[in-house]
Amino acid sequence: MFIIRLVLKNTLRHKLRTLLTILGVSIAVMSFGFMRTIVTAWSAGVESSGENRMITRQSVSFIFPLPYSCLQQLQQIPGVSEVSYANWFGGVYKDPADFKNFFPRIAIDPETYFSLYPEFIIPADQFAEFKKERNSCIVGAKLAREQGFKIGDLIPVDGDIYPGKWEFVVRGIYRGKDESTDETQLFFHWDYLNEQVKISQPGREGQVGWYVLSVHNAAEMPRVAKAVDERYKNSRSSTKTETEREFQQSFVSMSSAIISSLEAVSYIIIGIILLVLANTIVMAARERTKEYAVLKTLGFSAGHVVGLIGGESMLIACSGCVIGLAMTFPMAMGFAKAFPTFFPVFNVETITIILAVSVALFAGVVAALFPAARAVRMRIVDGLRSID
Amino acid sequence: MSQNGTMIKVDHVSKSYRRDSIEIPVLRDISIDVPAGEFLALMGPSGSGKTTLLNLIAGIDRPNAGKVVVNGTEIDSLGESDLARWRARHVGFIFQFYNLLPVLTAFENVELPLLLTGLSRKEKREHVESALNLVGLGDRIHHYPKQLSGGQEQRVAIARAIVTDPTILVADEPTGDLDKISAGEIMDLLYRLNKEFKKTIVMVTHDPRAAEKAHKQMHLDKGELTT
Ligand SMILES: Nc1ncnc2c1ncn2[C@@H]1O[C@H](COP(=O)(O)OP(=O)(O)O)[C@@H](O)[C@H]1O
Ligand SMILES: [Mg+2]
Repeated sequence: MFIIRLVLKNTLRHKLRTLLTILGVSIAVMSFGFMRTIVTAWSAGVESSGENRMITRQSVSFIFPLPYSCLQQLQQIPGVSEVSYANWFGGVYKDPADFKNFFPRIAIDPETYFSLYPEFIIPADQFAEFKKERNSCIVGAKLAREQGFKIGDLIPVDGDIYPGKWEFVVRGIYRGKDESTDETQLFFHWDYLNEQVKISQPGREGQVGWYVLSVHNAAEMPRVAKAVDERYKNSRSSTKTETEREFQQSFVSMSSAIISSLEAVSYIIIGIILLVLANTIVMAARERTKEYAVLKTLGFSAGHVVGLIGGESMLIACSGCVIGLAMTFPMAMGFAKAFPTFFPVFNVETITIILAVSVALFAGVVAALFPAARAVRMRIVDGLRSID
Repeated sequence: MSQNGTMIKVDHVSKSYRRDSIEIPVLRDISIDVPAGEFLALMGPSGSGKTTLLNLIAGIDRPNAGKVVVNGTEIDSLGESDLARWRARHVGFIFQFYNLLPVLTAFENVELPLLLTGLSRKEKREHVESALNLVGLGDRIHHYPKQLSGGQEQRVAIARAIVTDPTILVADEPTGDLDKISAGEIMDLLYRLNKEFKKTIVMVTHDPRAAEKAHKQMHLDKGELTT
C-alpha cells in the first residue's frame, strides 16, 4: 500500500521526464501495434482462406486461362465435391490513381461460386435478383460503404484485360461472415463476360481464369491436387492445383520481404521501448540511492526497494502501453480510410493488443532489473555516503 | 537491559575499508562501554572514524574484528534480515543532512518506521502526532521537507527516530548543518530525550557547545580513542 503510494509520488517527481518517457514508450507501442496490424492484415487473406478449398490454375501462370471444358472433367475427379470457376476482370474504375478505386472485379459463376464461399452472405432476395439479370453484380459491404454503391446503381468500368466499356448493375450487397472476410470485391456473371468476349474478340471465349474445387475432406487435398495435375499433364493446358491457402500465399510471398522487414522493425521497436524506459529508471534509481539507503537503515527490506524501482518502471511502461494502444486504433482507422482497398481487412487484432501489452510488461521488468539489483546489493554505508 | 547496566559494549573492534585493493584501517582496537541512559558525545577531526564507529553501533555496518553488543544482543552475529529487523526495533537514526524523503510529508516521513510494525492505522496516527508534538512541529504535519527550515527538518528527523520508541538513539553531527539557534534547539531536544525519556544517546559532533550537553565526551583520532 505504502509502496504503491511512494511509487506514485516518485513517478511524479520529475514530471517532464516521466511525461517524455511515457510519450516515448507510447509512440513506440503505437508503432509496434500499427506494424503488427499491417503484418496481420497482410496475412489475413491467407488466414481467411477456406480449409477445404483448392485452386486449379494454368501451370505456368495465373494470367493464362484454362478451357471451360475442364469443368466437367474436374467434377469427375474422386474426392472433389463441388467445382466453380472465375476470371480476373481487372479494368479501370474512375481515377485509377486513387487507391480507393482499386478493388477486385471478378467474373464468377452465379450458380456455384457462392456455395463454395459461404463466408459471403447475401440476402436471398438480392441473390435471386442478381441471378436473373446478366449484367448485374454483387459488391462487398465495405466497398459499397466506401464508394456509396446502392442497389440499382450502375458501375462503369473501362476494360483492360477485356477491352471495351462495361457496365454492371448492383443487385446485391454481401456481408462477410466475420471480421477477416474480404468485403471489398465485386462479382459479376461469368456468362456475361463470355458472351461479350465472343462478340468483340472471337476466339477468346470459353476461357476460365481458375477453378475452385471443394473437397469432402481436407486430408484428401494432396491426393486431389495430384490427380488433377496428372490428368492435364500432357494436355495443352497443364494445371497447377494447390490449396487455397497456398494459392493466396503465392501472392503474399511477393511482398514477404516487406513484411519480414516490418516484422524486424517491430522487434527493433521493442528494443527502443526498453532503452527509453531503462534510461529513465536507471537515472531515477541512481538519484535515489541515498533514499534507498535510508529506507534500508530504517529496516525496509530488499523486497521493498525492488518494489519501488520495479513499480515505477511498470507504472511508466503500462501508462505508455495504454496510451500507445489508444493511439493505435485511430492510427489504424486513419490508414484503413486512406487506403481502403489496400488491405481487404485492416483491424487491430486481439493478438496485437496482447503482444503490445506483453512487450510493455517485459520492458517494465527488464528496465528495472539492473537498477533494482544494484540497489539491493548496495551497502547501506556506501549509499548513505553517496551525494544526491 | 543487560546486567550491570551496560547498554552498548564495543569490544576490541577494528574496521578497515578496502579501496582499490588497498586496506585502509579506519578503526583500531576500539573498546567502549556505554551505560544505559548515558548521553555520549564522540568527537574528533574529520576522517577520524566517528561515523564508522557510529554505524557499527547502529548495526548498518560490520566490524572486521571484535564485537558489538547492544542491549545484550551481539549484533554482528545477526543475519542481514534479522539485523534489519533489529535496527527497526532498537535504533533511532539522526543524520547530519536529515535524510527525509522529499516526496513525503512530515507526517509520512515520521510514519515510515511504523509501517514495518503491526500497528493499526489509528495507533500509527497517534504515535506520529505525539512524536511531532514532542519536537514542537504539531502544526507542520502536512508540510513537505522543502517547506521546512533546516532546523525543522532535523526535528522531523528526530520525530522519525523516536516514533518507534527505540532502545538507543544514534546521531551523526545532528547540528552540523544548522545555524546556532537551530542547533541549540536540536541539542535541547536531544538533552530532553535523554533526561525525560531516559534514551541512551550516542552523538557524533564537531561542535564543543553541542558536546557540552552530553554526560561524557570521547575523542577519536586516526581510528584510536584518545580519552
Ligand atoms: N564506506 C566506506 N568506504 C570506503 N571508505 C570509507 C567508507 N566509510 C568511511 N571510509 C573512510 O574511512 C575514514 C573514516 O571515515 P568516517 O568514519 O566517515 O570519518 P568521520 O565521520 O570521523 O569524518 C575516511 O578516510 C573515509 O574515507
Ligand atoms: Mg562523519
